Amino acid sequence: MNPSHAPDIPTVYLDHSATTPTHPDVVRAMLPYFTEHFGNPSSLYSISDAARAAIATARTQVAAALGCSADEIFFTAGGTESDNWAIRGMTSARKKEGNHIVTSSIEHHAVLHTCGYLETQGFSVTHLPVDRYGLVDPAQVEAAITPETTLISVMMANNEVGTIQPVQEIGAVARDHGICFHTDAVQAVGHMAIDVDAMKIDLLSLSGHKFFGPKGTGALYIRDGILPDNLIHGGGQEKGRRAGTENVPGIVGLGAAIARVTIDIPGHRERVGALRDMLVQGISGRIPDSHYNGHPDKRLVNNAHFSFPGLDGEALLLMLNRKGICASIGSACSSGCEDMSHVLRAMGVPPSYGRSSLRLTLGDDNTKEEIEYVLDVLPPLIARLREMAAF
Amino acid sequence: MYNETVMDHFEHPRNIGEMEDPTVVVEVGSGECGDRTKLFLKIEDDVIVDVSFKTLGCAAAIASSSMATEMIKEKTLKEAWDLTNRDVVEALGGLPEQKIHCSVLAEDAIREAINIYRKGQGFEPW
Repeated sequence: MNPSHAPDIPTVYLDHSATTPTHPDVVRAMLPYFTEHFGNPSSLYSISDAARAAIATARTQVAAALGCSADEIFFTAGGTESDNWAIRGMTSARKKEGNHIVTSSIEHHAVLHTCGYLETQGFSVTHLPVDRYGLVDPAQVEAAITPETTLISVMMANNEVGTIQPVQEIGAVARDHGICFHTDAVQAVGHMAIDVDAMKIDLLSLSGHKFFGPKGTGALYIRDGILPDNLIHGGGQEKGRRAGTENVPGIVGLGAAIARVTIDIPGHRERVGALRDMLVQGISGRIPDSHYNGHPDKRLVNNAHFSFPGLDGEALLLMLNRKGICASIGSACSSGCEDMSHVLRAMGVPPSYGRSSLRLTLGDDNTKEEIEYVLDVLPPLIARLREMAAF
Repeated sequence: MYNETVMDHFEHPRNIGEMEDPTVVVEVGSGECGDRTKLFLKIEDDVIVDVSFKTLGCAAAIASSSMATEMIKEKTLKEAWDLTNRDVVEALGGLPEQKIHCSVLAEDAIREAINIYRKGQGFEPW
């Protein structure tokens, strides 16, 4: 954001659901694959051996994080591509069996708009409602299934309010009906244990830059035996299913990053959960008329999402930026004063709460001192903005 | 996103707050996005001798209200009437395209206040 805050104020980064810095260990792992091991993995000479081996290692690292076989991991250019591939590829492959998709009303745009595109191509889409906490009801998933349904796509954890969906129950419903189940797990990786078998997941999207890996990297888990049509056509990379010369440094970085963030998920949950709880309790205690959005416990361990009715979220964000605090808002008055986010609307959040919402998402790099700083800075800023707007 | 003039008027809004004994008070809102502005004018001999405001809105809405009140202070009602949101945006050194509409609220409030005053004085509204 321009202009930035004064250079002598340290940055407090609380927007880890937007992106994360690539961890130095991850960068270190990647570096040799830009220079020394630059060989094209498809080439036969031996200087490409290192690149081929590194991709294999990364594939094993991603598979270990999801509880699947390395053969079921396909590298992509990010979460959005993985979502597009899963949804377009699967519905296309099963077009003869039906043209109906069941999804939720709180999906990321990568899923929402892909389904929207398919609606223009003759598919019908059911957008399931959520309750006030942002939860999808598995019984409603089952009720929405028709003989035409070929794909169920429900995210593992929501990117705005952090609500964790009953993925395992939804997976069971899908499996009972013989329907393919895709989940966008972009926000979930590293924050909760994922087991694609126990959760009965057939397709899973993930994105490297959400867990201290490089941007432009992602993967799609495709259960053995499931064959979505290809999205990217060309050469024979990724067993002929995702064309294009492999982003070797990126794949190495993705592998190193996912290994790093899944090595001690309980420890991460304890550390980041304690900071998040401190932040939530501090805000609730110090700021009158503050409303915690999302589910009290079924939520990402690093997510805090509040509404402060009586002010505008963008104004708050700019003031926080001046204090060095990076956060995110749930609703932007950007183009023609669009109304609030589809997620908050689906949860039934009133407009005055939606426009005054603030998302704070933590990471392992945050400290107690940073949270204390935010708790000192935030209440007077909110009081000031409310005073400017109090009629 | 915003230039320094806009940020200055957003962070240090001029003429912010309630006014004691205003000649006219109006509250206008944009139903579309929920922005609201309350404008207080003190008018003597068809001249705006004092002005203040409160605004619920984004940085562009607050900065526009601040700049607009500066631009009509000690001006005649006719001069204030002629102030458009384009003048305000220009004085602010520009706003992002998608934020131009946020500057309309101040113009609306000023014009509505002037007409309320004129009607109260037995004149035809402009």
